[in-house]
Amino acid sequence: MSGKGGVGKSTLSTELALALRNAGKRVGILDVDLCGPSIPRMLRVQDSSVHQCDRGWVPVFVGHDTAIALMSIGFLLERPDDAVVWRGPKKNALIKQFVSDVAWGDLDFLIVDTPPGTSDEHISTVEALRPHQLLGAILVTTPQAVSVGDVRRELTFCRKAGLQILGIVENMSGFVCPHCSVINCGSVFFILGPTGSELSLSPPCPTGCVPLDPQLSQSLEEGRDFIQEFPKSSAFPALTHIAQQILDTSQKSS
Amino acid sequence: GKSTFSALLAHGLAADETKQVALLDIDICGPSIPKMMGLEGEQYVEENLGVMSVGFLLSSPDDAVIWRGPKKNGLIKQFLRDVDWGEVDYLIVDTPPGTSDEHLSIVQYLSATHIDGAVIVTTPQEVSLQDVRKEINFCRKVKLPIIGVVENMSGFVCPKCKNESQIFPPTTGGAEKMCQNMNVSLLGKVPLDPEIGKRCDRGQSFLAEAPESPATLSYRNIIQRIQEYCEQHHLQEEKIM
Ligand SMILES: Nc1ncnc2c1ncn2[C@@H]1O[C@H](COP(=O)(O)OP(=O)(O)OP(=O)(O)O)[C@@H](O)[C@H]1O
Ligand SMILES: Nc1ncnc2c1ncn2[C@@H]1O[C@H](COP(=O)(O)OP(=O)(O)OP(=O)(O)O)[C@@H](O)[C@H]1O
Ligand SMILES: [Mg+2]
Ligand SMILES: [Mg+2]
Ligand SMILES: [Zn+2]
Repeated sequence: MSGKGGVGKSTLSTELALALRNAGKRVGILDVDLCGPSIPRMLRVQDSSVHQCDRGWVPVFVGHDTAIALMSIGFLLERPDDAVVWRGPKKNALIKQFVSDVAWGDLDFLIVDTPPGTSDEHISTVEALRPHQLLGAILVTTPQAVSVGDVRRELTFCRKAGLQILGIVENMSGFVCPHCSVINCGSVFFILGPTGSELSLSPPCPTGCVPLDPQLSQSLEEGRDFIQEFPKSSAFPALTHIAQQILDTSQKSS
Repeated sequence: GKSTFSALLAHGLAADETKQVALLDIDICGPSIPKMMGLEGEQYVEENLGVMSVGFLLSSPDDAVIWRGPKKNGLIKQFLRDVDWGEVDYLIVDTPPGTSDEHLSIVQYLSATHIDGAVIVTTPQEVSLQDVRKEINFCRKVKLPIIGVVENMSGFVCPKCKNESQIFPPTTGGAEKMCQNMNVSLLGKVPLDPEIGKRCDRGQSFLAEAPESPATLSYRNIIQRIQEYCEQHHLQEEKIM
């Protein structure tokens, strides 16, 4: 989750799914960003569609091992550029359907990619998934103060919704110039200081800092498996470390 | 970069002291305007620049606005009806991303005022452009004119070696190609500049703090094109009336 747009929620959802699959897990991704779904393209299944079976919608399976199952409104649109001009109640109804009427099969993890904010999609998702024992929420931010401010509000939402905070990911923190290898003053964006300390979380739980990595954005544009194909890339260690922490947390809680 | 652009557009338009400018933040769950305008904690109105945001109504920075659509719509209505904006030459509205309650409501509530149009902000990569195409189709559906598209964060010039990198690669031709295909104008491109984020966080106007930078020149150019568009639009409206 995040309060701000474009901070990397869909990126993290995608890479987390790929990393968990790499660890031999079966992963579902539920894309509840109904007005701006990104995951189908990031996994290069934007041309797929879902069909009905007697147990409901069959999600789209990604890759030959079909270890990732994805449901997104992107699969229901007639044309990819169609705008979904819906007010809250209609969005809420579809999210409920996504949870109850999709034949997800046996999953080890269900990752939910949300739009920014603390409104209809978030309330409805938490309500619909409550019977399934949610592991918790991962908050994503960028280093700027405007974004960190939004995280504080998101933390309040999680507290009120009874969602455990699995961690906070500071994304786009730092950029290594490919021309001169200089780390740009810690950041291309302005850095205030480590997000965790800024938010004075108790216990401090930043899950990781993911640097700006042009190879990551390129790989997402092309829908490639960054985790398999770019192990030497600058964002790789942070992303796999985050996935490992999620694996550890889920082991502890089960 | 929607909020950043809205804030700088407000500063840019208000530079003309004969104009009254209003900036309305309808990002109810994630208001950024108070911080970017340096107005945290208090609702402050400069001589010719008025600002309203839900941020002014919250008691602490940790307050979350956990509201569904109808409540958000109610507040937007109040912002338009119950705020004493005075005589306004320009009303700039900063929206959250998407095509939902806030967007439908603002267009609906302002329909009688003949909105000049929408400025659409994007970054160069396809993942962002695919959302923007939806936004353009939204505008067409609700008959909101499109002033044009701003491509933000296009290219980063390393302050050390001065070489440019594409952090968000325009893999499908960037906003330029998208604008051609969708038949809308490209108002300009703004590079990634760490100074922009820094000034935003401090609530300062980047335009005033870095008057010579390439990003400022680009912003100024875009603001001028918007002014010209609005003037044209008003002339046409007057003719019709
Ligand atoms: N050209 C730029 N160069 C560097 N930083 C920028 C640039 N444009 C915007 N930023 C920074 O990027 C961050 C996001 O910008 P902004 O808050 O304006 O986006 P937004 O579209 O309003 O986001 P949201 O969807 O959350 O409302 C801010 O911290 C801002 O200072
Ligand atoms: N660490 C990174 N390095 C380089 N590019 C990144 C990084 N993280 C995200 N991006 C790119 O930034 C853009 C925004 O990321 P993403 O779409 O994941 O954000 P989001 O939070 O899901 O946005 P939205 O609020 O619109 O849903 C994407 O094009 C993505 O490829
Ligand atoms: Mg997203
Ligand atoms: Mg904003
Ligand atoms: Zn360099």
